[in-house]
This record gives sequence, C-alpha cells and structure tokens, in this order.
Amino acid sequence: MVELLHQLASGLALGGVYAVTALALVMIFQATQLVNFAQGEMAMFSTYIAWYLMQNGWDYWQAFAATVAFSFVGGVVIERIVVRPFAHAPVLASVIVFIGLSFIFNALAGFFFGYSVQSFDTPFDGRPWFGNRFMSAHESGSVVVSLIVLALVFAFFRFTPLGLAMRAAAQNPASARLVGVRVGWMLALGWGLAAAIGAIAGMMAAPIVYLDPNMMGGILLYAFAGAVLGGIDNPWGAVFGGFTVGVAENLLGAYVVGDEVKLSVALVIIVGVLVVRPSGLFGRRIVARV
Amino acid sequence: MSSILAAKGLKAFYGQIEALHGVDFEVEEGGVTALLGANGAGKTTTLRAISAMIRREGELEFRGRRLTARAPEDVARLGVAHVPDGRGTFTDLTVEENLRLGAYVRRDQRAVKTDFQRIFGYFPRLAERIHQQAGTLSGGEQQMLAISRALLLKPSLLLLDEPSFGLAPLVVAEIFRILRAINENEGVSILIVEQNANLALDLATRAYLLETGVIVVGGAASEIRADDAVRRAYLGY
Repeated sequence: MVELLHQLASGLALGGVYAVTALALVMIFQATQLVNFAQGEMAMFSTYIAWYLMQNGWDYWQAFAATVAFSFVGGVVIERIVVRPFAHAPVLASVIVFIGLSFIFNALAGFFFGYSVQSFDTPFDGRPWFGNRFMSAHESGSVVVSLIVLALVFAFFRFTPLGLAMRAAAQNPASARLVGVRVGWMLALGWGLAAAIGAIAGMMAAPIVYLDPNMMGGILLYAFAGAVLGGIDNPWGAVFGGFTVGVAENLLGAYVVGDEVKLSVALVIIVGVLVVRPSGLFGRRIVARV
Repeated sequence: MSSILAAKGLKAFYGQIEALHGVDFEVEEGGVTALLGANGAGKTTTLRAISAMIRREGELEFRGRRLTARAPEDVARLGVAHVPDGRGTFTDLTVEENLRLGAYVRRDQRAVKTDFQRIFGYFPRLAERIHQQAGTLSGGEQQMLAISRALLLKPSLLLLDEPSFGLAPLVVAEIFRILRAINENEGVSILIVEQNANLALDLATRAYLLETGVIVVGGAASEIRADDAVRRAYLGY
C-alpha cells in the first residue's frame, strides 16, 4: 500500500511536467494546427542553459528566471526566423522543419555541453514536505511549480487583453486582423510562451531524469500522449491527460509492464486514443459540411 | 461632397487573378454609400481591398492618408471597421469577449465602458446574451454582434458586407433601422455592400453599381433609383 502511494505520488510529479509540456504543445497546435516536435529539445536546451549558469555560480532562482526569459526570447526568434517562412507551406514541410529543429537543438546541446549525463540541482532540497513519506521534496515542489505555471497560463489567456487577442488570433486570424490584432506577433508570442513554459518543465524534470541531450525524448512522447488523451485542441484536457499519463506510466511501469518497456505505454495510449476516440476525452469533434 | 475615402484606379487580386479592374469611387463623409451589383460583381472584393485582406494596387486615400501600403491591422487602427461577409464571429469566445476584441486597440478604457452601454442601447439582445458563447447566437444576433464589435473600434468609417445575408425580413428591417440610427447618432460614415438594392438605396445617400469588377454608374442614391434603364438592367425590379 505504501509502495502504491509512493508510485502514485511520483507519477503526479512527472505528470505535472507532462501536463506543462502538453500545454505548450496545445498552445502551438491551437494557433497553427501543428504539433511542435521540437518542443522537447527546445526545453532540453533551455535546461542546459540553466545548468550552465548554475555551474558558473548563479543562484538557482536567478538561473531559473534568466532561463525562462531567454527561452521566451528564443521562442519568439525561432518563430520569426524558422517557422514564419513556412506559414503557408504544406503540413509535411512544417513537420520536417520541426523535426530538423529538434535535431539541431540536440546536436547543439551535445556540442556545447557534452553528451555525458549531468545531475541537475533542485531548489526543493532536504526533508520531504509536511512529513509525508511518499514524495521527495523535489517531487512536491515540482507539482507545485507545475500547478502555478498552469494557473498563470490560464489566468493570462482568460483575464488579460493580450491573452484574449492571442485566442482570437488562433481562432479566426482574418477577423482578428480586422479588429486590429497583430496576428503575426501573436503567433510569435505564442511560441515564446510555449518555449518559456517548456523550459520550466525541463528544469522540473531534470533533477528526476537527469540532464542529457536526450532527456526530453521520453517526456515529449508522454506529453504528446497526454495531449492526445485529453484532446489536443483543449488545454484543460491536455493538462488532465498529462497528469493521467504520468500516473498511469508509473503504475504500469511498477506493476504491469516493468520499467524497461514502459515508454511503449505512451505509444499504446496514443494509438489507442486515435483508434477509439480520435478527438480525445475532451476534444472537439471536427465535423465538416460538404 | 467631401469624401472620407477615395479610390482611384483600385485593382484587387485573388492570387494572380485580377478581380477588380481599376475602380474609382468616393465614400461620402458622414453619409451612407452603397455598392450594388450582382453576385460576383466585385462588391465584397472592394471591401476586402480597402481593408487590405487581399492584394491591391492603385490609390486609396482615407482622411488624407494612403491605405495601399498598409496591413489589415493598421487599416483597422486608423479607424476603418469592417464587418466581413460571414460576420467574422469568434464562435468559441463569449459575446463579451467578442465585444472586448472590438475595442482591443483602444487606449481609453473608461470610454469603452460607456460605449458598451450605448451599444446595448441599440442591441439590447446582446446585453441579455453577454456571457453566452458567440457561436450559439442566431444569425441575426451574430450580425448585431459583428456590427457592435466594429462600432467598439470607434471607427470613422464602417464597412458593411451584406448585413441582410441569410436573415429573416423582419430581422433585416430591424438591423437596417438601427444602422440608420447609428449613422445619424455616431457620426460614422458607412460603405455598405448589398445584393438587396432596394434596401440599400433606402439607407444610402450615394450609390455605385458594380459589374464584373468595373463601376458602371455612380451618383446620388435617388438618381440611381430613378434611372429606369439602370434599374431594369442591374437592380432587377
């Protein structure tokens, strides 16, 4: 029983990371109908920046803030330079661009920081919170950070004029332009936000999965499974899916399939959802009139 | 007549295809100008050309400023509000969010609040449905929402693309009655595109008749209406 609760709690901790990453995927998807396959490697690269800053004596939260800011700017720049030229290209061209981007970031990380596995600090050191036996301090902290990020993102989109403009630009770009929304910049901003929250996910995951250029591969897959499960066009669904996949992965890994093949759980979820209910649990079925 | 918008040799393109072949027209300051014509004559295209939704060439002057080199969002920010065909509703957002988007570029948020109330005076039904998802509104209500959204920009020129489209005659009559009031009370000039020429000529002070991308006749609305040849050939009644 204690073991089960422990597995459940660990699942929630990584689930938070998946949820945040899934949200980043959904943000880009809603605006462009494309899945950013480079989301994981961008986050990994950001995490390396934080690691590098801390190696050079920066305090954790300083490095955290600088990394989030850097990632935001990086996301905007990537949208402007790399993604924008393919705005009207066929879907496949954009997919290739994203895959290329992910290889580029993977190689850059290896080139700059080496391929050896590094440990990554956590700000939530020491004894477990509230004396609970099931979650390490970092796992508790990671869940809290994930929840804060999710709350901030939802508040931003729900309550600020800029968030409203970004939703409008994603939903009906032509109409958004007619009320004066700078749609192009909204997309760039979306990329910046997605990169920034991806960086946070990376920094929360790194103390658990350790830092190396391939650390986000599995996480992106789980996040994608979470997004598909919840419905890739529904941010709430993606968050729910992310947490669910985190817990499911941990429990199945511990009791059913074993740790070695638990990544296939993600693939099973993706294929299963696409077969049984392609729009996900909370996604909207797209019905086209012809 | 002083004009708020003047087009000279305005051409517009869909891809490589020229859809508007160099038209000249003026929109009367403070008045209602109607663009009439059959399906495919280029009425919607003309509005799209004004607000830069499609590629265009030629001269387009709005209150002394050239529009031809500007992006749609900049045309809007200069004070040209466009109610597009199909109404351009943000269907997943609430009525309130749709309206707030209308005022997105404005800095005078206090005045926006009173403008909300004024607009609810014209369209009380929107006030009742303020928290409803906009996609669930009826066609007439969505048209009212589109007009309100455009008005919240506080435009000096309002472009209306077939506000009567797909609506029941009673609803159309109501909307046109309100449009007249808006034109009189809000000091906004209107350029309206309509297939229903009768309706548009009732509202308009000036009118132009488009035929396959060319303006064939233009003048005071009363003259156009009185011209038997024009009426029979182009207006179909």
